[in-house]
Amino acid sequence: MDLREQIRQFVCSNFYVSDPAALADDASLLDAGIVDSTGVLEIITFIERELGVTVEDAEMLPQNLDSVRALVAFVQKKRGS
Amino acid sequence: MCGIAGIVNLREGLPPPTREALTRMAGALEHRGPDEFGVYRDARAGLAHARLSIIDLTSGQQPLSNEDGTLWVSFNGEIFNYLELKAELEALGHRFRTRSDTEVIVHAWEAWGEQAFSRFNGQWAIALWDSRREVLVLARDRVGVRPLYLARHQGRLAFASEVKALFAGLPDLPRAIDPLGLDETFTFWSVLAPRTMFRGISEVEPGHVQVWSRGAFVRDVPCWQPTYPQGERHRFEGSLDEATVALRQALEDATRLRLLRADVPVGCYLSGGLDSSLIAALAARARPSSLRTFSLRFADAEYDETPYQRAMVERLGTEHSELRVSRRQIAEALPDVIRHTERPLLRTAPAPLFLLSQLVRDSGFKVVLTGEGADEVLAGYDLFREAKVRRFWARAPGSSWRPLLLERLYPYLARSPVSQRALARQFFGRDLEHPSSAGFGHQPRWQSTAALKRLFGPSVREALTGTDPVAHLLGSLPSEFPRWPPLAQDQYLEVRTLLSSYLLSSQGDRMLMAHGVEGRFPFLDAQVMELANSFPPAFKLRGLDEKHVLKRVAKELVAKEICARPKQPYRAPDALSFIGADRPEWIDERLSEAAVRDVGLFEPALVGQLWRKCLARREERQFSNADNMALVGVLSTQLLHQQLVQRAPSPREVPLKTLIEDPRAP
Repeated sequence: MDLREQIRQFVCSNFYVSDPAALADDASLLDAGIVDSTGVLEIITFIERELGVTVEDAEMLPQNLDSVRALVAFVQKKRGS
Repeated sequence: MCGIAGIVNLREGLPPPTREALTRMAGALEHRGPDEFGVYRDARAGLAHARLSIIDLTSGQQPLSNEDGTLWVSFNGEIFNYLELKAELEALGHRFRTRSDTEVIVHAWEAWGEQAFSRFNGQWAIALWDSRREVLVLARDRVGVRPLYLARHQGRLAFASEVKALFAGLPDLPRAIDPLGLDETFTFWSVLAPRTMFRGISEVEPGHVQVWSRGAFVRDVPCWQPTYPQGERHRFEGSLDEATVALRQALEDATRLRLLRADVPVGCYLSGGLDSSLIAALAARARPSSLRTFSLRFADAEYDETPYQRAMVERLGTEHSELRVSRRQIAEALPDVIRHTERPLLRTAPAPLFLLSQLVRDSGFKVVLTGEGADEVLAGYDLFREAKVRRFWARAPGSSWRPLLLERLYPYLARSPVSQRALARQFFGRDLEHPSSAGFGHQPRWQSTAALKRLFGPSVREALTGTDPVAHLLGSLPSEFPRWPPLAQDQYLEVRTLLSSYLLSSQGDRMLMAHGVEGRFPFLDAQVMELANSFPPAFKLRGLDEKHVLKRVAKELVAKEICARPKQPYRAPDALSFIGADRPEWIDERLSEAAVRDVGLFEPALVGQLWRKCLARREERQFSNADNMALVGVLSTQLLHQQLVQRAPSPREVPLKTLIEDPRAP
């Protein structure tokens, strides 16, 4: 399973998204009400435990975490660096 | 304090309402008024009453009439200024047979008609039947302390304090959940009157009077609307010091009225917060003998306020009882809680109060004072502070330091990783382009609650196509609304949504009356509300200091540590209550795919994902707000369906102490 699909699956099941097909990769998870502040911690835990990427304090920003596309790009960047 | 019910024939030629149907309705309300039952019946209408005797224990039976037996009343609640009204009415020539406040209602209606209700200071649901003119009048108090539901079915109109009594009185009345009620619940935390959770059943709106005459609906009009300052109008003219003195006087009067106008002893709830502590302090001064107080404690330290409660007990020297509540007890109580709330919950906070009212009743008390209403009337909630910061930020959206005030508001943010702060900015920074639109202060809460509608199943989604509960609410605001100060707008919406429909209902009347206990709320006194509404916003929310003028009143009366402590909202463990290994079996059953499919309101696969996630996080101390609301919301809706839709009402036999039957009613 590719990274995008892995992240999409986590987001959709962990936040019980009703219509996964309708969740655009660049949709803001916060604005859609899918994720709240505690939900962000659940995403970080997932990235660290399942994807093996450590998230630094200073990296916990909406631009890294607030959409499927941002999450994919962030994890790829971290793995590449 | 009691339960009321009745049936009126709208269509000509129907047989009169039967004694059996009216007795079944009274029986369904037995928990509200276990002391005495009464029925009145004529050819066209019947009234029923379940009585909790508090004033005039010997002669206050209901239904009760005027001198010539043509005007009948069934009444739930209290008219606290009944002695003053009685004196006025006697001066007008009215003659009284009892010492009860109920009889005042009959004569006040004769003297003043619909204007009577605006003279009442109290909490009421009233049904008046004028048998001569064949007119039915239904009325509710200003903010809806007492409930009143109605349904039209097969040419009849039935009304009652609780929905279950409508089902008992009209066994053919269809029982089905209204998707629009679910939509409002998953937006405002509760369905809003006149809508209810049930198709074909409505609720009289708080502060409204409905008139039905000779079989037809005539009108539904407000008998009260809140007033807030508009320029010079309705504005308190004095200084902050003068406002402090005036508020203390009004609260003393309101507390004394609620403490002493009862022929049974009155106790007090002590939560450990400012509001109930202040009321208890005023009550302790108003009575010569020692005060009886009751508190909830929590096995979970996070929710527990014991040290503050005990500080007040010690200061006032009250005779005190405590009830310590565990997660397991909350879970076990939920089915009974929902049978009484008759609406879903997004929080478990009512459940401990259900258990506490049992303790009150077992201790021999029927009436308690509480601090309910202070946060709405005097601006105590974080929502008001948050809205003020967001409006301030909206005036310079590019400012980097204005949103820092969010960290003053929610101190945990300042200690959180960067992510929390950045996300908080994104969350609270939404809609900044419309700071003066109605509902601006409430949008963050409404939007994050509404996001949970993704759990709705296809049939509910279809039924809700094109509906928008927020637009519906904002389309029904009083015409003065835009001219009120922003804080007043936020307060109005908070009273209309959360206070009337959730705090006074699911968490108030229903939890107290489940065990026959009447709540009395000095902060919701007519004079206190009018005075507080007239204060300039800065007296209530000074900078970001909430309930500022009330804290000034409290300084001399309440333990220092309570005045100084940060506000802690009353909460109970939510999802955590239902996931323990020793949880009651019904939880898994109600959340099972089969049960969710059978009820047909939520998507079974999504409920399954939610439930598995909650179980997997059993060891976590924190659940997200969204998961807490989602789990409690789904579970309580599933219970509501089981308790009130699937189960047919099971009539209870109750003995009638009062039976008045018109000879023309066969």
